[in-house]
Amino acid sequence: MQIYELPADMLARLIRTREISAVEALESVLGRIAEVDGRPGSLNSSDDDPEDNERVHAFINLTPDRARIQAEEIDRRTAAGEDPGPLAGVPFTVKDIFCVKDTPSTAGSKILANFVAPYTATPVSRMEAAGGVMLGKVNLDEFTYGSSNESSAFQPSPRNPWDLTRVPGGSSGGSAAAVAAGEGMLSLGTDTAGSIRQPAAFCGVVGMKPTYGRVSRYGLIAFGSSLDCPGPVAGNVTDAALMMNTIAGPDKRDGTAANMPVPDYTKDLKVGVRGMRIGLSSEYFRITYFDPVTGEFDQQPIPEEIESAVLSAAGYLAQMGADIVEDVPMPHTKYGVPVYFVVSRVEAASNLHRYDGVKYGYRTPDSVDYLPELYRKSRAEGFGVQSKLRILMGMYVSAAQYSEQYYNRALRVRTLIRNDYEEIFDPEGEHRLDALLTPTTPTTAFPIGEVYGDSVLMQYADQFTVPANHAGVPGLSIPAGFAGDGLPIGVQLLGPDFSEAKLLQIGMAYEMATQGEEWRRQIPRIE
Amino acid sequence: MEFQNALTAFESVIGLEVHAELETKSKMFCSCPVVDSTVSNPNVAVCPVCTGMPGVLPVVNQRAVEYALRVALALECEIAETSIFARKNYFYPDLPKGYQISQYEQPLARNGRLKFQTADGEREIRIRRVHLEEDTGKLTHVHRDEETFSLVDLNRAGVPLLEIVSEPDLRSAVEVRAFAASLRTILRYLKVNSGDLEKGVLRVEPNISVRTLGSSELGTRVEVKNLNSFRALERSVDFEIKRQIAEIQTGRQVIQQTVGWDENLGMTVPQRTKEEEDDYRYFPEPDLPPLVIEPEWIDSIREALPELPDAKLHRFIQQYSLSEYDADVLVAERSIADYFEGTVAALAETPQVEVSPKTVANWITGELFGLLNHHGVAIEQAAITPQDLASLLQMVSQGVINQNTAKIVLAEMFASGKPATEIITERGLTQISDRSFITDLVDQVLSANPEQVDEYVHGKDSIARWLFGQVMRSAKGQANPQVVQTELDKRLSALRAAEGH
Ligand SMILES: [Zn+2]
Repeated sequence: MQIYELPADMLARLIRTREISAVEALESVLGRIAEVDGRPGSLNSSDDDPEDNERVHAFINLTPDRARIQAEEIDRRTAAGEDPGPLAGVPFTVKDIFCVKDTPSTAGSKILANFVAPYTATPVSRMEAAGGVMLGKVNLDEFTYGSSNESSAFQPSPRNPWDLTRVPGGSSGGSAAAVAAGEGMLSLGTDTAGSIRQPAAFCGVVGMKPTYGRVSRYGLIAFGSSLDCPGPVAGNVTDAALMMNTIAGPDKRDGTAANMPVPDYTKDLKVGVRGMRIGLSSEYFRITYFDPVTGEFDQQPIPEEIESAVLSAAGYLAQMGADIVEDVPMPHTKYGVPVYFVVSRVEAASNLHRYDGVKYGYRTPDSVDYLPELYRKSRAEGFGVQSKLRILMGMYVSAAQYSEQYYNRALRVRTLIRNDYEEIFDPEGEHRLDALLTPTTPTTAFPIGEVYGDSVLMQYADQFTVPANHAGVPGLSIPAGFAGDGLPIGVQLLGPDFSEAKLLQIGMAYEMATQGEEWRRQIPRIE
Repeated sequence: MEFQNALTAFESVIGLEVHAELETKSKMFCSCPVVDSTVSNPNVAVCPVCTGMPGVLPVVNQRAVEYALRVALALECEIAETSIFARKNYFYPDLPKGYQISQYEQPLARNGRLKFQTADGEREIRIRRVHLEEDTGKLTHVHRDEETFSLVDLNRAGVPLLEIVSEPDLRSAVEVRAFAASLRTILRYLKVNSGDLEKGVLRVEPNISVRTLGSSELGTRVEVKNLNSFRALERSVDFEIKRQIAEIQTGRQVIQQTVGWDENLGMTVPQRTKEEEDDYRYFPEPDLPPLVIEPEWIDSIREALPELPDAKLHRFIQQYSLSEYDADVLVAERSIADYFEGTVAALAETPQVEVSPKTVANWITGELFGLLNHHGVAIEQAAITPQDLASLLQMVSQGVINQNTAKIVLAEMFASGKPATEIITERGLTQISDRSFITDLVDQVLSANPEQVDEYVHGKDSIARWLFGQVMRSAKGQANPQVVQTELDKRLSALRAAEGH
């Protein structure tokens, strides 16, 4: 076994006990990156390189010199008898939607391609303060607007390590692909509608969307500010818990960060699920969508192999003593995507206002002598199509004459979605659930190019993940085997506010119960 | 003549929108210091948050909320237990985020009122709302070497700003000015704003419409901007009222628009019309939780509020038997009112020497104001303490020095900061009250002017005043005038009696 294949918690332990040096660990991971990642995403990649289809392309910016300085410092501290922290020497990547001081922070967009951040995002600085070694920035959908990474201005976009003709999911696709391919044990992602959980499921890794406010958003380049959650992408549940320990907590720079103490997520990871009540809902075994022509609801069942992966997981949990509660009503699930279309776009359009060609970022090279023309040209040339679609729709639905009909209505429906969760998790209520078990996604990873541009279809990929963003509740996606096409399947656990510890315990129980299974031994082959 | 008649046939309806920067140490949503952007170097008080860098978040400055609550309570507003910050979206280079964080549907406070004095008595104007927002940066347009460009200074971006909106209860330019001035006085009393219109720390924007007298409908509103003084405010409102009436009189329509006041032209100039107005696409600011104000906090701020100008005015008239005019001058500034009361209190420590509050008021608003204005010094910085002034006035009252000497001493105190007694001793200014000394002087003067004495004795009374002046002159002004008068009267009446008149 190579160092780059070790889980984060084991590597940190070996580095703290000086059995492996941080520099050795870093070089092992850098070697792996050199081997599998291929050329990084860039703005000028028009010419197709056949080799592109044989590599992962997780990175936009690899910063090995910066990482080496950090790794050497970890080794100096362990040599001096100091404890560098729980992530001592663990190489990790950061989705390029977070600012890291003195490094390019691009959001996957041409408009920020030349932007070098003057400060570091809170979750990144917390990981570094815990001893983590940052490798660099990984690719994403432009401004996180997508589910496949194909909308990044930096091409080639990441591939799925399990099948390089497939997308890794998105928008934290670079994060999930990197962890799955052994390019760093941990990655910091963000989840606005499923952007951590969906790529985690597609790439066969663990991803957690924490409770809204559990992890500070300071330094996260905003998409849907009321939905965005930074969170961990990791190889296993223990590593996700370890990372949650370092990134969660109050932050005086984020007024929406929760002022709640952070439990040790790794402490009772293995307590088991005996007596826990875990629910299943039929709303999560079918896609309900609006027919664009008739305006009526249509339904489509999800593939059987995904449904049976969830039921099999439920079976394991039942065997370990959990009560499985069936037919849990989640009547507003189907509104998750339409409501998301309105809320996220209003916030996104406003959040993108600051990219105007005046202060930083891309400015049109053409000479203009009229200020609005500077704005128009800079933004027209700097933003990709997904950003423009969001700006247009956001502007439209928040216009004074429409905001009542769309935005304010969407906010009311959002409350109904939240109510669904409050009812099933109510300790005095009918269901009294500890968690809801669902598929993470209705499909496995789709082929590159298949749905890109078909925005509505891609958004339905979020139907099982986005309601948690509306409600603010936490969700955990864990690998649950493979489909017939050889691609990973993910299952999702959703819980009430601040139930991350319990979700991780359930995930851990399932992980331990399936440890002996054949599929657990599969690793992605990249050649 | 016809136009004058027209003026009286119309009524103007005016509301004010006032923006007041709050003088907190740090900005509204970041920890950058608040600096005087009219003198500071550009872009020295900036950070990632107030320059709108990607990924930053605002955090509410609690002190700014406290200042806003002071104002809202002083204006007798209802405070919202929960208010919501909202984004006002528009593009401009002085707005780094592309939106201003403000409050829209749920402001901090509503339904207040402000009472103030006018020549026609007391007026009460309703306050519609008070809300918190952030200021924008400042643009400087430069034309140099045939090139035109704009410089952006973000020192002011993110400075806490309080918006106060009145109901359209004002009816004249004079009233608008009185209202604005009294609002300014309150802001200064609360120590939240210096009230400097020239520096733009306080910005007053009237919206004006006219209607035929007796009508209850509202006319078309015109908003006036770019007012840098109370004089400009009054002139612009006056101009705008007349302009609108003239428009209607000549059969034209008043267009809903924003106009700017041109001080040099003495007229308002159109800036933009309603059709050009942006849709700001307000929506709740997702980066800030609702602003929740605990009732206990409101109570403690309310308790700590200073006595406000209106209450102080009434108390001064009552307690100190001052005229309304004197009281009004004294309460115009909290520091002056405090100075006045400090002096009165110092005098009360030695009640055997009587100096009336009216005398104190006269000295402050007369001599002391003269010195302050002449030297351009604020009363807080004056070298003369209320105790110093009190002891000077006591010496006048005791006859140690006379009024004129006291004025000279006051000026010297002002310049040197020395107490009155020291200056009087140093310069030998003590007034002479010694009767035998003064009697000698009177005798000398009378014997030196036999002709005038003769005229007096033969009935020319007015000569007495001339003789008094001669005695005072020979005493170089240091003789106690009352003693001089008494002794001179005694001698002169004795002389008349001797002549048998
Ligand atoms: Zn700042």
